Amino acid sequence: MCILMPTTDINRYVAEFERLQQARVADEPAWLRTIREQALARFTALGFPTTRQEEWRFTNVSPIADRVFRLAAGSEDRVDSENLAPFRFAAAEPVEIVFMNGRFAPALSSLDALPAGVSVRSLADVLSDDPDRIVPHFGRHAAFEDQPFVALNTAFASDGAVVETTPDVVVTRPIHILFVAARGGEVSYPRVLVLAGRNSQLQIVESHVGVRANGRHGRAGIRDQGSGAPSFTDAVSEIVLGDGAVVDHYRVQREATDSFHVSTTQVRLAHSSTFSSHAFSFGGAIVRNDVNVLLAGEGGDCTLNGLYLAGGSQLVDNHTVIDHAQPHCGSHEIYKGILDGRARAVFNGKILVRPDAQKTDAKQTNKTLLLSDDAQINTKPQLQIFANDVKCTHGATIGQLSADALFYLQARGIDRATAQQMLVRAFAGDITGRVKIGALREHLDDVLLTTLATQSNPARRSAGAAEAKGAGSHNSKVRGEEACEVEAEA
Amino acid sequence: MLEITNLHARVGDGPSTGARGALSAVEGREILRGIDLKVGTGEVHAIMGPNGSGKSTLAGVLAGRSEYVVTAGSVLYEGRDLLAMAPEDRAREGVFLAFQYPVELPGVNNAYFLKAALNAVRRHRGEEELDAIDFMALVRDRMKLLEIDPSMLNRPVNEGFSGGEKKRNEIFQMAVLEPRLAILDETDSGLDIDALKIVASGVNALRSPERSTIVVTHYQRLLNYIVPDYVHVLSEGRIVKSGGKDLALELEEKGYGWIEQEEVSR
Repeated sequence: MCILMPTTDINRYVAEFERLQQARVADEPAWLRTIREQALARFTALGFPTTRQEEWRFTNVSPIADRVFRLAAGSEDRVDSENLAPFRFAAAEPVEIVFMNGRFAPALSSLDALPAGVSVRSLADVLSDDPDRIVPHFGRHAAFEDQPFVALNTAFASDGAVVETTPDVVVTRPIHILFVAARGGEVSYPRVLVLAGRNSQLQIVESHVGVRANGRHGRAGIRDQGSGAPSFTDAVSEIVLGDGAVVDHYRVQREATDSFHVSTTQVRLAHSSTFSSHAFSFGGAIVRNDVNVLLAGEGGDCTLNGLYLAGGSQLVDNHTVIDHAQPHCGSHEIYKGILDGRARAVFNGKILVRPDAQKTDAKQTNKTLLLSDDAQINTKPQLQIFANDVKCTHGATIGQLSADALFYLQARGIDRATAQQMLVRAFAGDITGRVKIGALREHLDDVLLTTLATQSNPARRSAGAAEAKGAGSHNSKVRGEEACEVEAEA
Repeated sequence: MLEITNLHARVGDGPSTGARGALSAVEGREILRGIDLKVGTGEVHAIMGPNGSGKSTLAGVLAGRSEYVVTAGSVLYEGRDLLAMAPEDRAREGVFLAFQYPVELPGVNNAYFLKAALNAVRRHRGEEELDAIDFMALVRDRMKLLEIDPSMLNRPVNEGFSGGEKKRNEIFQMAVLEPRLAILDETDSGLDIDALKIVASGVNALRSPERSTIVVTHYQRLLNYIVPDYVHVLSEGRIVKSGGKDLALELEEKGYGWIEQEEVSR
């Protein structure tokens, strides 16, 4: 059950960590070094999760565990601003902080005209200017004790975004945190810390995107199909709301179709604060998103919306935990998935209502649309209710496009392919329609259409696979070759 | 315009209703057993019959529903083999089915859907597609005709519509798409008299020498408002009697049992 001796995979990470700690000794305060060491010790003790663990039962991460990823170098020169245009949503005077492979890229960012009352800085800058601000929060919310990927990120994250608002400020322009992963068998550890002051209001868009390693990007809007070895992103975001704060968090994950992405978003709500999460996953070989919300103050309200797409032989796994620790809190969750090919999806929504959390109002819905006979979803609600005066409902549906609806459209002259697209867009529109930033909503509609077209068009898929194979071997040594080849086909 | 010859059809292993692979009680049962019917351009034909006689099956076969399998016979639409055409091609060639139970399409905007349908037909005809503004201008008078509220245009197709609203929406679509052959499948079912009058006046306003209409109905009442040129009675998958509009009144008076007796006595 417990791994006493670290395996060779773990040893690689330990060796890399020791090298890093030496390099970082001048830049990092003692408290941070200590946290990092604790995190690495936990990772070493836990190892990568296995399918014998309940939370990972349907998600086998050995393709990640068995690969060697180079720690991303993060050079800005590899990508210029033009290449990032497909990932931006039009905004007048954008506020944007860009990270290349987890490292702050000032030349690609737009931080000159910050609105009043909000600061957007890189972790490195905060550590050198003002470290005390984040000591109570960094690494204190996302628990690394029992989550190996969080532990790994906490040990390795070299940089990140720190966004803070002063009390009472209402920030009307969305803050875009853009993490760019270049190709080439690299791992990056994006890290975000958001501290929303009392009664402040804020919108954050957190994007995780992939571009080709040599800086060239395909046609605008088309994601990298995978040339060279796949990348691995292990992201952690901690979002802390003060009393009465209102935070909208939009998360867009669109990296290469054969990439690996594991993320944890940890949120803490204080008294009467309001949080909404809109998570969009457009596919990867293995995508696993954990969203954990702690309703730590009375009268808090959280909304979790999600849309996930997967095709080919991709896997997308969404786990959410909403902890009603205080009374009079509300939570509303709706996650929708669109699966094609032989894709697999997992949805696990846990709602915990503690004994004193009376008058809890919790609602959870998961709906999945299967566009092919071989696509599959494992969906499970988990309600742990210990209070006795609460309202908790949950529901899940899994289905195909209605044949009657398709025929109705065809009977009006609309060809089958267009009819299918209209109905799929209508299904997804339930989630994209809840995006309050108009330009982002349109942007997401475009990405949705492009992704659907790619997933349903085998020609494009095999073109991508041919590229991946033809690119030759890189530095990555792969065990379990067959399993990885299947993933790369996506 | 439409020539149906010895049409036989049964329920097939269609994908839409019923569990995949499960044998339903009616699978394979022949429903249409040799229909012969000629509909001339500009004519209105009523098809009446008791439940289970095959009225909706006939309408479905003409529109191209995949749950029916044609086992014999032919259908010529303006000289072309209608059965060889995909449903969307039939629609683009001017065949319109007003559904008995119009489907709800959550998340699909009514105006957006209708504009897409109209443009598909226009494209097919080599006409220029309409943008949103031109589309609205074109539909304005049709909306008045069917008493369609502008807000109804912005709602998802048929979602939350009452029975009357759904049927009005069907005829509204017909008015916009301007078909050459309109098939109204029990358009009167579930309607109160007021809704019936609006729907009927819509259909009547669209009557023209270039347009043919097949009105499938169980009750004679609709035919007081949409007066047919010919009435055909369907019984057990065959047309057993044809006549003028007075046949409908005779049926109303004597009931469908009269037809069956006449059949038996022959």
